[in-house]
Amino acid sequence: MGVLAKKLLGIGVGVVVAGVLIGLYVAGWATSFPKTVAAVSTRPVVGVSGTQLTLQTVAAIGPKYSPSNPDWVSYLVKEKGKWVHSTVFKVPANSIVHVTVLQYDGDSGLRNPFLSQVQGTLNGRETVDGKSIDAIDPEEASHTFAVPQLGVFIPLPGVPEEAKNQCEFAPCTLAQAHRTITFTFRTGKRGRYRWQCFVPCAAGWIDGNGGPMQTLGYMDGFLEVT
Amino acid sequence: MSTAEALAPTPARRPLWRRLVGFNLLTAVIFGVAGYYIGWFIGHQIKGPSFEFQSETDENDVALMLAYLGGVIGFLVGLGFANYPISRMLGRPASLREKEHEGMGRYFGLCTDHKVVGIQYLVGIGVFFFIAGLNAMLIRTELLHPTPTTIGPNQYLSLVGMHGAMMMGMMTSGILGPFANYFVPIMIGARRMAFPRIEALTFWLLMAAGFILTSTIFFGGFPTGWTGYEPLNEQAVMGMDSYICFFALVGLSMMLLGLNMIATIVAHRAPGMTWSRLPIFVWSVLATAVLMVLSAPMLIGALLMAAFDRTINTSFFVVSSGGSPYLFENLFWFFGHPEVYILALPGFGIVLELLPVFTRKPLWGYKLAISGMLGVTLLSFFVWQHHLFVSGINATLRPFYMLSTEIISIPTGFIFLCVMGTLWKARARFTVPMLFCMGWTFNFLIGGLSGVFLSDTPSDTDTHGSFFVMAHFHYTIMGGLIFTFFAAIYYWVPKMFGLKLNERLAKVHFWSLFLAFNSTFMPLFVLGMKGMPRRVSAYNPDLQGLNVWVSISAFVIGLSMLVFIANVVYSLIIVREPAEANPWHSKSLEWQLPTPVPVNNFDQIPTIDHDPYEYGTPLPPPRGAPGAVPAGG
Amino acid sequence: MAAEATHGGSEPNHARRFATIWIVVSLIATPLVVLFVGPIMPPGNGSAQASGHVTDNTVLIGMATPVLLLVLVYLIYAIVHFRAPKGGAGAVLEGPAISGDTRIQTTWIVVTSLLVLSLAVYGTVRLVEDGAGSGQGASPAWPASGKKLPVQVIAQEWAFTYRFPTYGGVETTHLVLPVNQTIELHVTSLDVIHSFWAYQLGVKADANPNVDNVVFVKPTKLQTFEVRCAELCGIWHGYMFDHGRVVRPAVFQVWIAEQQKRFAASKKYLPPYSTKYVPEPARRGG
Repeated sequence: MGVLAKKLLGIGVGVVVAGVLIGLYVAGWATSFPKTVAAVSTRPVVGVSGTQLTLQTVAAIGPKYSPSNPDWVSYLVKEKGKWVHSTVFKVPANSIVHVTVLQYDGDSGLRNPFLSQVQGTLNGRETVDGKSIDAIDPEEASHTFAVPQLGVFIPLPGVPEEAKNQCEFAPCTLAQAHRTITFTFRTGKRGRYRWQCFVPCAAGWIDGNGGPMQTLGYMDGFLEVT
Repeated sequence: MSTAEALAPTPARRPLWRRLVGFNLLTAVIFGVAGYYIGWFIGHQIKGPSFEFQSETDENDVALMLAYLGGVIGFLVGLGFANYPISRMLGRPASLREKEHEGMGRYFGLCTDHKVVGIQYLVGIGVFFFIAGLNAMLIRTELLHPTPTTIGPNQYLSLVGMHGAMMMGMMTSGILGPFANYFVPIMIGARRMAFPRIEALTFWLLMAAGFILTSTIFFGGFPTGWTGYEPLNEQAVMGMDSYICFFALVGLSMMLLGLNMIATIVAHRAPGMTWSRLPIFVWSVLATAVLMVLSAPMLIGALLMAAFDRTINTSFFVVSSGGSPYLFENLFWFFGHPEVYILALPGFGIVLELLPVFTRKPLWGYKLAISGMLGVTLLSFFVWQHHLFVSGINATLRPFYMLSTEIISIPTGFIFLCVMGTLWKARARFTVPMLFCMGWTFNFLIGGLSGVFLSDTPSDTDTHGSFFVMAHFHYTIMGGLIFTFFAAIYYWVPKMFGLKLNERLAKVHFWSLFLAFNSTFMPLFVLGMKGMPRRVSAYNPDLQGLNVWVSISAFVIGLSMLVFIANVVYSLIIVREPAEANPWHSKSLEWQLPTPVPVNNFDQIPTIDHDPYEYGTPLPPPRGAPGAVPAGG
Repeated sequence: MAAEATHGGSEPNHARRFATIWIVVSLIATPLVVLFVGPIMPPGNGSAQASGHVTDNTVLIGMATPVLLLVLVYLIYAIVHFRAPKGGAGAVLEGPAISGDTRIQTTWIVVTSLLVLSLAVYGTVRLVEDGAGSGQGASPAWPASGKKLPVQVIAQEWAFTYRFPTYGGVETTHLVLPVNQTIELHVTSLDVIHSFWAYQLGVKADANPNVDNVVFVKPTKLQTFEVRCAELCGIWHGYMFDHGRVVRPAVFQVWIAEQQKRFAASKKYLPPYSTKYVPEPARRGG
């Protein structure tokens, strides 16, 4: 093997090593998902078979949870008392899921006012700050929690503009201005369902549908029914 | 004085540091990074009412576009592309001095020897071909399951887009880059291309573009697929800018490559090389070059408008401010349809060029083949709306585009007739390049016939936007162009490198690729007709079985490519067995030259006095029998 | 092929042999394909338009079969008969220097042109009949005749909703249609380009923002059909699917009345029915 061949082989080996390292990086990037958070069983608490999911929506996720996109609107989920930046939830099949959403964001308005009506819950209604309603004013919608495959569309009204002590970055505390929204729905067969927000709440983007609205971990997620 | 000569010291090799300083790839990378950060800095300093949303979106598209622009300019200056224009402006004489460099270093910088550029293209495009192929492997891994399980939905769309954009952008120059650059001047009896520095520029633009596309994963990827449709384009995160810059640079590279080819073929032919003596491969290059020059500017224009929409708040495509997404669709496909013929035509040229060598007969229907290629070239500008049949365009336009699309299959059919005619009563030797040509014939036949289904508007209603379309274009582009890409590699490697590729490994490569390719893409026709849309990672669970079959076959394609790489490494780097001077016994001009081909190709420009395909035993003179064959078809 | 001079009488008449093989194989295969593959061609017989597509696809595949066989049989024949004899060491054997034949070329051009033009005419005729289930834009050139039930399909990122203008503009999340009635679908989008693809009904129409894309369909049997989005619209493009039903007209009336009652709460918030919507604002502020 001549000198030229040795040089070529050396270059080739270098390229292969670099390529493998790059390949591992790309594979890691491609397969990254937000952490899966399981809903908590409610049997010890309420005495009814089911699970409880506690979510929070914030106007800006903040540099602590997202150094690259601190101003993006996002959902968070509570796991063991701490707020986790994830939108992948695990719930059991054929069961009842109670959801509590702490809404800290202001309103953006629904793009399709039809989605201002609560759909897919056990009684066709949701409870907002203690009051049971079946539809909200679409202008007041801040986000939705929707699982179209299960027929669940829950509009979430926002914190009024003039409210005091609004939350700036996640995680937000109960002392700051918020709305508490609860609803209950039933899951069916096992599967990997997707859920999304239908309010164009991504500030600064065309149609409000860019950025966080299209990124897993912010305004879109999976519901693992197992 | 022989003793004096014997005692004269050999010229010392320049020290390493001296070789590293200067206009080369290392300097180019350094300047490129510097240019990137300068552009990024300027972009962040620009403020104004158009940019007030940046604080909310955490995105600065202006900065990224300027950064890419700065990076590319720095990269090209670092390679030395500015040197010649500046030296001419300072009054220094014209020259092609970069050609005189020697050694391996030529391949890593600006070289005006068209043969070096050809090999640079071959390796550069090969690298991006494999990267895009790996993307495809990841895509097929995800499609093993009917819901997104392995790869996140955002990343999946970016992979789909990267695979498509990289393949389309790179393989457009897949045959023209390596093989036309290397062999067209030799085939027409010239010493060089018309514009050697532009030739080198097209290569390095393409490499910069490919790098920019791969960098999209650092900016969030892009969700639109390779077609970049508005308004989704406008809603996308910063990674979309990588796509826009990539394709604009690819368009520029295509335009310049086409320009160079046309100028060379028109102006640099040797004496006696009349149009009717031009090898068919050169004709196909000419037809492709015309398409490149005319269609690429549309792409660049459309992308510029998209870039303006994303950065300075114009509203070409924003509906609420009076724009229209139809505009982008039409501009894009006005480029997009000629683009796919840019991919198909060189394949035609390679097959028709190689067949006479391996059948030992002249090309059957030379003039028919040329009219087929030119017919395709002309008609390809009149068919683009067949991509838009169901999109709500004026319904009365559709029969016209249905007709034009059906008609374009007529000149395409001429190529098949020429292939069949050349095989008639041949003494065919089924060497590896010939096998790939036969594979092309089978694949393009299926691809072309499926195109007839798609051109029929009622049938297209079911298959538009589904995996049927995917199968159609993979059959024509991968089964067509890529098979001829490999045919050309196996055919010309003995000439380009003077080395032999291992024949057994080559045959394993061909058969595994051909069988796995058909096993992968034939079921996609069925999947499309069963209702699976394109670019999805969630599909009807009933279709999982077929998808698993397709994915496994796709992995076998990947393995066959590994066989190819193993062959290349083994034969060209480790074993390095010299090839015979003319292993295929070709009568073409390039095989009459020594290997390696001298820097200036010919010592004396030849005078051409015969047709290019002087194969075969001449027929007995006509005995007055009716319908005797006229010579020259 | 009488033009080729033969190299002595021992060489078989390849032209006759090949032509015979091709004709025989085509005569066997084409009726088999038309009779057995044709009827199972997608998208099935869920609507008049879908049945039309099955017929179109049968015609296309029936015409494609002999063409495919021509080239395939020829390739196989050539690979078997026109190869260099094995063990040819030394000199390379040359074939006959035939470089063309005007008669064959002319025949080929004429036959392929006729085939292709007849397909274009056939396609146009089918298109003009009833629009063939494809989106025709805002002013459809070939509307279906008779009474039509208007239904609007609103595509948004990432779900389809449906509005019935003749039933008070009620909006629903699922599509139910009465059988044997011509439906005039108005497909539009609220944000990016989507595409409404009702597979079993043989309907596809792109949903563009601020555009009304009209498509006609007449479902002809009771069924459940699959609705999928056929134009990449973002992260959940693959998940943008739905199931619709075709039911008897009486069942449809009951269903729509039930929907009107069910969605009464949001009725006051719905904008008046329009073929196009451009929701404001263009860009969300914080």
